[in-house]
Amino acid sequence: MSNNVKREGSQFAGLAPVFFKEFSDQLRSWRMRILEVLVLIAALGAVFAAAQTMKATVAENPFAFLDLFTSAKQPMPSFVTFLGFFVPLVAISLGFDAINGEFNRRTMSRVLSQPIYRDALLMGKFLAAMATIAVVLLALWLVTTGLGIYVLGIPPGGEEVARGALFLVVTLFYAGIWLSIAMLFSIICHQPSTSAIASLGLWIFLTILWPIFGEYASQAIVGPVFTPMDQVKQVELSAALARLSPGTLYAEAVQVLLNPAVRSVGSVFYSQIQRALIGNPLQLTQSLVLVWPQVVSLLAGCCALFAVSYISFQRREIRA
Amino acid sequence: MSNPVIQARGLTKRYGSHVAVDGLDLEIQAGEVYGLLGPNGSGKTTTILMLLGLTERDAGEIAVLGLDPRRQPISVKRQVGYLPDSVGFYDEFTARENLRYTARLNSMSDGESEPRITSSLERMGLAEVMDKRVAGFSRGMRQRLGLAEILMRAPRIAILDEPTLGLDPTGALEFLELVRSLKHDGITVMLSSHHLHQVQTVCDRVGLFYRGRLVLNGTVEALAREVLGSGWRVHLEAEGENVAQALQAVPGVRSVSAKANGHDHGNSHAGKSSGHWLIESETDVRPALVRAALAAGAEVRELHMELASLDEVYARYFETRGAGPHAVGGQS
Repeated sequence: MSNNVKREGSQFAGLAPVFFKEFSDQLRSWRMRILEVLVLIAALGAVFAAAQTMKATVAENPFAFLDLFTSAKQPMPSFVTFLGFFVPLVAISLGFDAINGEFNRRTMSRVLSQPIYRDALLMGKFLAAMATIAVVLLALWLVTTGLGIYVLGIPPGGEEVARGALFLVVTLFYAGIWLSIAMLFSIICHQPSTSAIASLGLWIFLTILWPIFGEYASQAIVGPVFTPMDQVKQVELSAALARLSPGTLYAEAVQVLLNPAVRSVGSVFYSQIQRALIGNPLQLTQSLVLVWPQVVSLLAGCCALFAVSYISFQRREIRA
Repeated sequence: MSNPVIQARGLTKRYGSHVAVDGLDLEIQAGEVYGLLGPNGSGKTTTILMLLGLTERDAGEIAVLGLDPRRQPISVKRQVGYLPDSVGFYDEFTARENLRYTARLNSMSDGESEPRITSSLERMGLAEVMDKRVAGFSRGMRQRLGLAEILMRAPRIAILDEPTLGLDPTGALEFLELVRSLKHDGITVMLSSHHLHQVQTVCDRVGLFYRGRLVLNGTVEALAREVLGSGWRVHLEAEGENVAQALQAVPGVRSVSAKANGHDHGNSHAGKSSGHWLIESETDVRPALVRAALAAGAEVRELHMELASLDEVYARYFETRGAGPHAVGGQS
């Protein structure tokens, strides 16, 4: 009995119906409406507050629109800080009951007894949630840009639009990671409440506790600091550990993409910046080169986590 | 009658050290209603999931319409409708929307599926609620919606897992009538249940499951004969003298006993005995019984044969084996 049997038919049969059903479910769900309102209020507040501080200097600022997203006015955090916080929340809330919800509604065996593969169900749900997030992000970006035009009185430049679009793509990858994590827990855990707590717990751990832990771990590993080189070693180790958290990767990528003046995401030696024109903006391609590792890591993490959920779903016993 | 649509040979499934299905041989003929009966946890659902290719088998061979559900799951699932044990639907959708989603998963176009959805919902008695949300549906309505889904797909085989579970007795009988009606559409039906007395009326043949094995297989009457020894229990109502002796003399009759009749209760020992007799025999002796009764000068009022109940067959089977199935006719 060999298991290397070639599968009959396309594994994507049924993908489109699953996608459109899930997409419309997500967009119509109360869960999504609540989050949309919450995110919209936060984003508008952040952008409006930032615009107030920028009004005076907007004429000298070539990247006023990007600053709109990144600058914060106490006590309001910046737009990107808000997004970094809300995007995982939205992604988790879209994915935490994707699979165990079907089991609990007792629809799983009925749907899988239709002539489709399991692939179509999982992929359709994942893509529908991603599309939902994409729609929300795009809408949010357009609204805030519109508000920016209104408040600042100038339109965004071409490069600003391009950087904004890249920022959206990276945000989508970041959302994909949390969506995959939430869906993985929804396959492993039998109760949606358990998978929600597990996903949120992991999110809090990686976002808040992990950077602190990385700091202490690097101090413990490097040992007492005697020379400046020891200091460098410790800082670099700490940064490397922190980058295991998708939140760190995302923050670094966004920081560079939305702020052309940023020239490095890590520590630099004084000698390295001796002839640099500090504060002079980088070209878009240069910024992109700078954060390429972060962007690719986010995408790779998203794919790897999806692959893990895919495998565990294929092995999941259908019997409830 | 040798046109099997489902064949399984040596089918085995283990969950760790627990053997859920143990070397099962099963054959279901085209056009019949087959009942897979047995207590909870005897391997019925596992068998069904393996037939559909939804669970991997550990050993054995399966052919569903000549196809192997592991190698050609899509072709198998396209021709087999499945109503899972306590089926669920999307509560926020209407009955029609739920079926429309299923139709799309079956790559039917909306134009093609819409009339089929309407007619199958009507046939299942859901015409008035077809545009209502499933959230408000009772259990019986959900079961009928599940059957409507199967009907809409027009499969060659319908597999129903515990379809009467949780239905009230009237609802269960109505539902089984609907199941029976699938047969007239040329659909082979396989249903599992632990309510033996409910399903025995609709099944052409039954298989009795115990601990992952098919311990008995055949028509209800044949099983009764095999297990209960004397398969024929005839009730005769006659008025006349010496009827009992005449009946007793009929060749093949094992015993004759008087059954008390409601209206002439105290009268059974009078010279002219009018009564209700229960005759147990080895063969079908009905014509001979009537002749004997008439010859004895009695007036025959009624004659009917008792069909041995499956519950009795099942209980008796395990009595003789000394292994009591703890949950025959089980919950509810």
